[in-house]
Amino acid sequence: MGEMTGAEIVLKALADQGVEHVFGYPGGAVLPIYDEIFQQEKVKHILVRHEQGATHAAEGYARSTGKCGVVLVTSGPGATNAVTGLTDALLDSIPMVCLTGQVPTHLIGNDAFQECDTVGITRPCTKHNYLVKDVNDLARILHEAFYVATHGRPGPVVVDIPKDVQFAKGRYVGPKNIEHKTYRPRVKPEQEAVRRAAELIATAKRPVLYTGGGVINSGVTASKLLRDFVALTNMPITSTLMGLGAYPASGKNWLGMLGMHGTYEANMAMHDCDVMICVGARFDDRITGRLNAFSPGSKKIHIDIDPSSINKTVRVDIPVVGDVAHVLEDLIRVWKSKSLALDKKALEAWWKQIEHWKARDCLRYRKNADVIMPQYAVERLYALTREKDVYITTEVGQHQMWAAQFFRFEEPHRWMTSGGLGTMGYGLPAAVGVQMAHPTSLVIDIAGDASVLMTMQEMSTAVQYRLPVKIFILNNQYMGMVRQWQQLLHGNRLSESYTEALPDFVKLAEAYGCVGIRASKPAELDQAIREMIKTPHPVIFDCRVANLANCFPMIPSGKAHNEMLMGEDVPDEVVGSAIDAKGRQLV
Amino acid sequence: MNAHQTGTGSAYFIESAKAVTETHTLSVIVDNEPGVLARVIGLFSGRGYNIDSLTVSETQHEKHVSRITIVTTGTPSVITQIIHQLDRMVPVHSVADLTVIGNAITRELAMVKVAGTGEKRVEALRLAEAFRARVIDAGTASFIFEITGKTDKVDQFISLMVPLGLVEVARTGVAGIARGAEGMKV
Repeated sequence: MGEMTGAEIVLKALADQGVEHVFGYPGGAVLPIYDEIFQQEKVKHILVRHEQGATHAAEGYARSTGKCGVVLVTSGPGATNAVTGLTDALLDSIPMVCLTGQVPTHLIGNDAFQECDTVGITRPCTKHNYLVKDVNDLARILHEAFYVATHGRPGPVVVDIPKDVQFAKGRYVGPKNIEHKTYRPRVKPEQEAVRRAAELIATAKRPVLYTGGGVINSGVTASKLLRDFVALTNMPITSTLMGLGAYPASGKNWLGMLGMHGTYEANMAMHDCDVMICVGARFDDRITGRLNAFSPGSKKIHIDIDPSSINKTVRVDIPVVGDVAHVLEDLIRVWKSKSLALDKKALEAWWKQIEHWKARDCLRYRKNADVIMPQYAVERLYALTREKDVYITTEVGQHQMWAAQFFRFEEPHRWMTSGGLGTMGYGLPAAVGVQMAHPTSLVIDIAGDASVLMTMQEMSTAVQYRLPVKIFILNNQYMGMVRQWQQLLHGNRLSESYTEALPDFVKLAEAYGCVGIRASKPAELDQAIREMIKTPHPVIFDCRVANLANCFPMIPSGKAHNEMLMGEDVPDEVVGSAIDAKGRQLV
Repeated sequence: MNAHQTGTGSAYFIESAKAVTETHTLSVIVDNEPGVLARVIGLFSGRGYNIDSLTVSETQHEKHVSRITIVTTGTPSVITQIIHQLDRMVPVHSVADLTVIGNAITRELAMVKVAGTGEKRVEALRLAEAFRARVIDAGTASFIFEITGKTDKVDQFISLMVPLGLVEVARTGVAGIARGAEGMKV
């Protein structure tokens, strides 16, 4: 093959990597690449309205397909606007390649127009990054970037390409035989560790599976193997926010989500278990509660592809480093070949205990005939869409937790949310990315009124590409989770958590050229949701919910899994005194 | 099970200050590419680890491979974290904990400028001989000594020079290598 320009190499490399969609925004330092985009048809470019939107759209795209999300932005502000999404992808282990334009090589370091130290700024918020100084390195670096983003624990990779490199001519190399010389993460586990794990599980009287986003990232096979293992052993299973859908919510062994707003039964099972099997999760502080009271009596097995996750916050007894699907495959094989089994009697007693906890009905809330309770809104949304091919994204806050509690996921890759970074404004652009990958599916962003305004401009993107995303806003006029913490921990002083002026979301929808729907009464909710579902255009649904509803159950600050605050303990009148003074200081 | 960690009463966890810290010397083989040192240093500052000493130089020119020696202090679990965090960085070939290997040799070099005359000057020279420090520059009123050895030997020599007219010190930081026929994986 003859020589190509850097910009041609970029498009050729993307096509050779199987990239179909790129989310981006043009600017001076990437114009040569945009000129190439104009002259080809293999890679489709989706023009967003803000670079943060491009990164979240790429995340939604990646998480709903298992493929690598691709972003293209310009230098300076283009790159800095992408930083939030890169950090989000790093914390949630989302594979993403972000190409950034850069000022010409000879101007780097000169404080040139729209120059920033992109590799410096993005070094701590990417899995790896590159500055391409020679066009002859460009093709190799691009293929390497995809390799690094998608292998091992996935993550975002930035490739910073100066404008002169985009113009310069150089040689192209294909993606074949690009093997990274140093980065070769372990996917097959040590057999000895798997054997020890299997033997420990077989001794359990009160086992629990605690699964996370690693199961989703490992692919559909991992979810299938997880279900097989649960069926084989009949043990209870809970999941983090990021892992929802790996095991079906309708499965008989399902305990619901665990953690700060997880179910009572899941957290109690975690606290009282004698063997915990952590699969692709990382003992996040929102999961563990107070660390020295975290599951004090259990032996712990930790399956993770990233050795640095092992023993980071919680000491485990048997670490198994490897890809979840590989480990589960080996674990099931060992389990069967050694004819291992759990103690039936003990397991029966354990399930009886769990049923007792379940009977507390921890997600119960006060129904109301006059105002829509937010929990009820999510319940109805689930009930009316459960037969459909549905994908859910969320923003961050109370609505996110209600979505996790009340929407029930049967399959992996159906649930896109910002877990690690907690990025308000994630859900709308993520829905755009998901809808791009699944044009005929029903894609719903369960949103809050505050979060959704952070990236509202992407409705314009949805309209431009005729992406019929449904933005279902639980509108309570508050930053609800901020207010909840102020009520619980700061003497009910609601400092700056009330939005005095919100736009009329129905009129806003019309201004964007999409459809606005409003529901204010429980009686009209079902009909309005049905109308939203059948609308073949983007919809903003303004669901006016009870303003002061709070999200329970909750593990308050400084408490352990077995010290949950239940909804019935804290009606709105006494919410200010639910946590003692000592607890309040310590968040 | 997690008795090594004390609760702070917060949803955020803060490690107990009482935990015993250890000093470890790590050897890290990396690709000598732009920014690799910033990556390593950024890891330490970003995650709140300590760097007591850091040396870096290209050791295999044709392969563009550098060797970094880091002396760091932390609890055993932090040291393990540091090793794992270093090991998962893309340009890192391998990481070895020379303190755990146990039979490693560590050295550093210092240049020590001492000014003085008369009895102090003679005493400085006498001590330098005892420590096998070489005189690499001499004037009528000052010396520069070059001393090589383990950190504590260098420390000791420098502290002895203080009353004898110590002016300034330049130290390379620690370089380390394990004994035996085996080398680190590149």
